[in-house]
Amino acid sequence: MSVPYQWDIVLSMLLFSIGAVGVLVRRNILVMFMCIELMLNAANLAFVSFARHLNDVAGQAIVFFVLVVAAAEVVVGLGIVVAMFRRRRGATADDFHLMKG
Amino acid sequence: MTALLAATPAHLTVKIAYLSILPMLALLGGALVILVWSSLLRRPLETVWITSLTVLAATAALVLSLMQYFDVIHHGAHVAIDGAIVSDGFSAFVAVLVSAAVVVAALVGDGWLQQETIRGPEFHVLVLVSASGAMVMGAANDLIVVFLGLEILSIALYVLAAFNARRRQSGEAALKYFVLGGFSSAVFLYGIALVYGSTGTTNLPQIASYLAQNYVLHNGMLLAGLALLLVGFGFKAAAVPFHLWTPDVYQGSPSPVTGFMAAVAKVGAFAALLRVFVSSFGLLRADWQPAVWVIAVASLLLGASVALVQRDIKRMLAYSSINHAGFILLGLQAGSTKGVEGSLYYLFAYSFLALGSFAVISVVGGPGDGRHGLDRYRGLARRQPWLAGALALFLVAQAGIPPTTGFWAKLEVLQAAAGAHSYALAVIAMLSAVIAGFFYLRVVVLMYSPAGATGDGAATGTIVDTVEPARAVGDEGEPVGVAPGGEAGSGAVALLEADTGESAEPLVIPGTTGIALALCAGATVVLGIYPAWLTDFAHQATLLFHP
Amino acid sequence: MVPGALFHFSWLKIPANRIDFLTFVFSAAIVLVGAVNVVRQRNPVLAALSLVMTLFGVAVLFVEQQANFLAAVQIIVYAGAIVVLFLFVIMFLGVDREESISEEPLRGQRFWAYLLMALTFVGLLLAGLGSRFGSGVPSVAGTLNDNPAHPRSATPDVVVLGKSVFTTYLFAFEITSALLVIAVVGAVVLARRPGAGPLAEEDDDEVEVEVETAEPEEVST
Repeated sequence: MSVPYQWDIVLSMLLFSIGAVGVLVRRNILVMFMCIELMLNAANLAFVSFARHLNDVAGQAIVFFVLVVAAAEVVVGLGIVVAMFRRRRGATADDFHLMKG
Repeated sequence: MTALLAATPAHLTVKIAYLSILPMLALLGGALVILVWSSLLRRPLETVWITSLTVLAATAALVLSLMQYFDVIHHGAHVAIDGAIVSDGFSAFVAVLVSAAVVVAALVGDGWLQQETIRGPEFHVLVLVSASGAMVMGAANDLIVVFLGLEILSIALYVLAAFNARRRQSGEAALKYFVLGGFSSAVFLYGIALVYGSTGTTNLPQIASYLAQNYVLHNGMLLAGLALLLVGFGFKAAAVPFHLWTPDVYQGSPSPVTGFMAAVAKVGAFAALLRVFVSSFGLLRADWQPAVWVIAVASLLLGASVALVQRDIKRMLAYSSINHAGFILLGLQAGSTKGVEGSLYYLFAYSFLALGSFAVISVVGGPGDGRHGLDRYRGLARRQPWLAGALALFLVAQAGIPPTTGFWAKLEVLQAAAGAHSYALAVIAMLSAVIAGFFYLRVVVLMYSPAGATGDGAATGTIVDTVEPARAVGDEGEPVGVAPGGEAGSGAVALLEADTGESAEPLVIPGTTGIALALCAGATVVLGIYPAWLTDFAHQATLLFHP
Repeated sequence: MVPGALFHFSWLKIPANRIDFLTFVFSAAIVLVGAVNVVRQRNPVLAALSLVMTLFGVAVLFVEQQANFLAAVQIIVYAGAIVVLFLFVIMFLGVDREESISEEPLRGQRFWAYLLMALTFVGLLLAGLGSRFGSGVPSVAGTLNDNPAHPRSATPDVVVLGKSVFTTYLFAFEITSALLVIAVVGAVVLARRPGAGPLAEEDDDEVEVEVETAEPEEVST
């Protein structure tokens, strides 16, 4: 018997909180994307742990789809960043002052 | 081949009821046909052909979803593809609405693409695929399918928001939308994880039956999951604590995209929100209704009051869409069949109003799509009576003045709120409608007032910009895009190929945009005068709603 | 271990199997150190490498929970593709300089963010502590482990997962293709040069190539 699955749930909650705060405090767009990946990973970990607890394959199947979604999202997100920052250097959110508030 | 099929165990084959997914397949198939056709040709496909194909695909989807609707009426609702999606009146309603919105958005997009001289099939392909995501959300019977539909809808919209590569604001809008959208998707996914952990399934009817059969004593995890789901949906639907992206993204995105976003993204988000909360978590109504109440009140009041002070029409309509989100939440807060009916009715009415308003804005915005200050609308009725008339109609309808769909929509959700004894909420909603009436009517008055000194300035500025659209100048006087003058000049020529043909007029309505405006205005007025058809449609859509 | 509840706290007891326990502790430490480093690290390249660390730790935890296939996919897709893409873009844009995160434009924002993080975590934890997880629900998608007594000799997870993906989740699997279409079309759209005017004379592929060759000079100024 491996460790109680609740440990993984608590770990995934911690990971989710860290990722969420990362999106909020960091100004670097790329690091913000990475923090979103952390949040998705937290959800994946929770799904796998619940799948083991429930002895149900659904949780694992969902993780499989989340991986696809994450890949597509990152491609598009990084594409936007590249398109945006071709003309200037530095990828910080505070460079955006064209639009107010 | 047959031997291979025979060798497949029976339990591994899934029976697919194709009618229930045909509307989505029509949209996706249309997208693929356009993509493949345009890449096989040596010369780029004319935008006219791409638009025609898109409209054809969307019309096919519309017809198929109506067929699906009548099939459901006669044979009852059913789940399809191993319980992944459901074919009922609700999903057919959403499919009809989304297909119709795609027709309008493709026509508006055509006018805009020709004006901006953007060639290529990508705009229409992304619109079609994005709309199929909204359709999936409307038909989803499993939280993971909801999530995938949400992502298909959103990721395509991120790209569409960045579509105008010549405007810096477009890229900024896309980036902001992407970061907040990705964040909300992750929150939504964690919500699914917690719901899965608490109920043991992500299938919507099975969640409902689990909750019906088990009295969950300690359901903190489930409620936390529900709260996270609400946050995720709230982001997509632009409800108040999660609305921060809305004004910037609406302002920065190309105007036709904003219209599409305002209509289809809201339809998808609210369709899934209604289905998940009312049908799966209906038993926990007492737990989520207060949260929805707070969100609805905040959206109603903040949307209406902040819109009053906006100087940019796109920002104004962004806040107005937040206000509309509050109204649609009224139906959810009621938590009843009547409430769902009201919300569906509101979504239908609002979609055409938003698409129509942003169609007018994309014409008035002119080449470069950068001039959206309210001053530009002063005296518009004199310069462009039809355009001003259409915008006036859409704004009056959004204000909820009869005989338009906007009035009946507001009436429906208010009746639902009153029926659920949420009198305070109904009163707040009416109050916000009164506040919102001010800023809608202000624009109408501005358009029909004689052009003053600033109006003349705007008019001459327009002429200059039409001659030289390369120097597209934003409201704040900042250069927002630098395009070589030579190519942009051909854009100005292409601009004049329109049905009005008056070269003296600085504003030219592209023919396709004109058709789109006529469709939106027709839907608003005809359904406003004969509301019974839409009321019946929305009512049937909820009767077959799997409880 | 009481099944189905965080409520009884018996799960806090250290399990008998020390190897599993140590694996969990080490991989959890890797996950958390990596995650905190992503948030704290000033250099985006190091942040991306910390992300790999976290992803690796999560993969180890997947293996521990008999999700072997997902662990492999996690490494291949996340560490192999996504993080490489991140690093590529960081290098491409030349933003691998250190970002001064001490100079926040909004003072106090950081404090509120950490407070929010603590509140999120405590809130989730309390919600979890006071809840009973679902159990005994008839499984829709099929059981994961058909031999609970001897998990290692049960049907391999990839077989079970494959069956469910092509039956219960067939529709979900098929519509992920729409996501891939969007990713491809989106990449083509976003790779266009801004202000290039009408793209009528060029194919999209050519535009992409042109961008990749022309850009480094621009960003290296």
